Amino acid sequence: MSSEEITHILDTSESMKEVSTRDVKKVPVLRGATVVNLFFEPSTRTRSSFEIAEKRLSADVLNFSLSQSSIVKGETLLDTSRNLVAMGASVIVIRHSMSGAPWVLARELNSSIINAGDGSHEHPSQALLDLFTVREIKGDIRGLKVLIVGDILHSRVAGSNIWGFLKLGAEVRVAGPPTMIPSYVEDFGVKVFYNLDEALDGVDVVMMLRIQRERQEGGMFPSLREYSKFYGLTQERLKLTDGDVLVMHPGPINRGVELSSEVADANQSVILDQVANGIAVRMAMLYVVSTGSLS
Amino acid sequence: MCTKTVMGPELIKEAVTRIACEIVARNSQVEDLRIIGVRTRGVHIAERIAVGIKHTAKEKPLIGVVDITLYRDDLRRKSQWPEVKRTNIPFNVDNKTVVLVDDVLYTGRTARAAMEAIMDYGRPDSIQLAVLIDRGLRELPIHADYVGATVDTSAAQTVKVLLEELDGRDEVIVHGE
Repeated sequence: MSSEEITHILDTSESMKEVSTRDVKKVPVLRGATVVNLFFEPSTRTRSSFEIAEKRLSADVLNFSLSQSSIVKGETLLDTSRNLVAMGASVIVIRHSMSGAPWVLARELNSSIINAGDGSHEHPSQALLDLFTVREIKGDIRGLKVLIVGDILHSRVAGSNIWGFLKLGAEVRVAGPPTMIPSYVEDFGVKVFYNLDEALDGVDVVMMLRIQRERQEGGMFPSLREYSKFYGLTQERLKLTDGDVLVMHPGPINRGVELSSEVADANQSVILDQVANGIAVRMAMLYVVSTGSLS
Repeated sequence: MCTKTVMGPELIKEAVTRIACEIVARNSQVEDLRIIGVRTRGVHIAERIAVGIKHTAKEKPLIGVVDITLYRDDLRRKSQWPEVKRTNIPFNVDNKTVVLVDDVLYTGRTARAAMEAIMDYGRPDSIQLAVLIDRGLRELPIHADYVGATVDTSAAQTVKVLLEELDGRDEVIVHGE
């Protein structure tokens, strides 16, 4: 996506956000269109956010999760998707553990495909809602210092956000244990810190990533307690920043691990704004892919 | 190709003033009036009508803006950058008289979409329609309550409303055979 395309979606999201303030929180723009949510990984927030967005645009919604699908009977992803298209699905929203799965569908099928997170690759709707939330509060992304803390290597949220914030002109920093920071991020123009206190100096936005306990069997760090001690955001660490710093988290939060409970509920925390804005941003994405020709 | 000016600044001013007077004459309760302009040019005409109402009734009605993009009936015609602008109706429309304002009344599809949008905000007592130009050729059973000027046109022609606020001058032009 170009910065113009990102900005166009953010502008459209502003208009979509207004729809959710009305008595009747629904517009007829996707009336008669069928949207399928094809989720091969567990997800509550993203899937329900997409579902609400689809319903606010009056689309007919079909939800598939791994356990209900014929994938367990041995059908391939492509065959499942072809069947959905044959049933008239005009948009497929896909979450898959394999990086690139949405791209394969987009190449093979005529329907519009929205990536709702693929493996450790990208999570575009999360990055767009993060950009939208920051832009809404700070006014402009350009020139902001944005720090992303945690498992940069495995996080698709980090992947998409680094891209998005750099494209819109922010300075992006990452912090975390060396095992979690890929060596190539510096090539993108990202500043790498292994010390969180140093990284926090002068930042406008701190984005804490969830420690994915289910993916931490491989021993990326000795213990959760040790991770929390060095890379958890606490009240004391928050004092190292300006008062108007924004604290973000894509959810679900591990209270007491990457984020202390007080920080999660602090005034600087915009975590619930992120969730609310997610609906508007996903409405904008669905609208743009259904009525436009942006890829 | 011929181009004809059908209204100049004087005629437009007269039309707006007359529409404002007619609105006040028909709706004695000015405090229950709400003016909603259809983006883009309807918004500026709505503002002028509201000022005109203030001249006659000493009270300026509240103004809103409606964007009808999400209510269009021709969305399957794709465009590269589908644009949605904000609807802004900063008041409750329940039990109010809403005057919907647009620059040109043509097929009636925009007016239909705008009415549907307004109904999603509540249930007005009534919706009335004010337009600067009625060019005929309706495709839906819709008529305007207040009309600045009626112009006979064919589908091959285009009607362009230029406004001081956007275009630097007030003029209504008909292009084409």
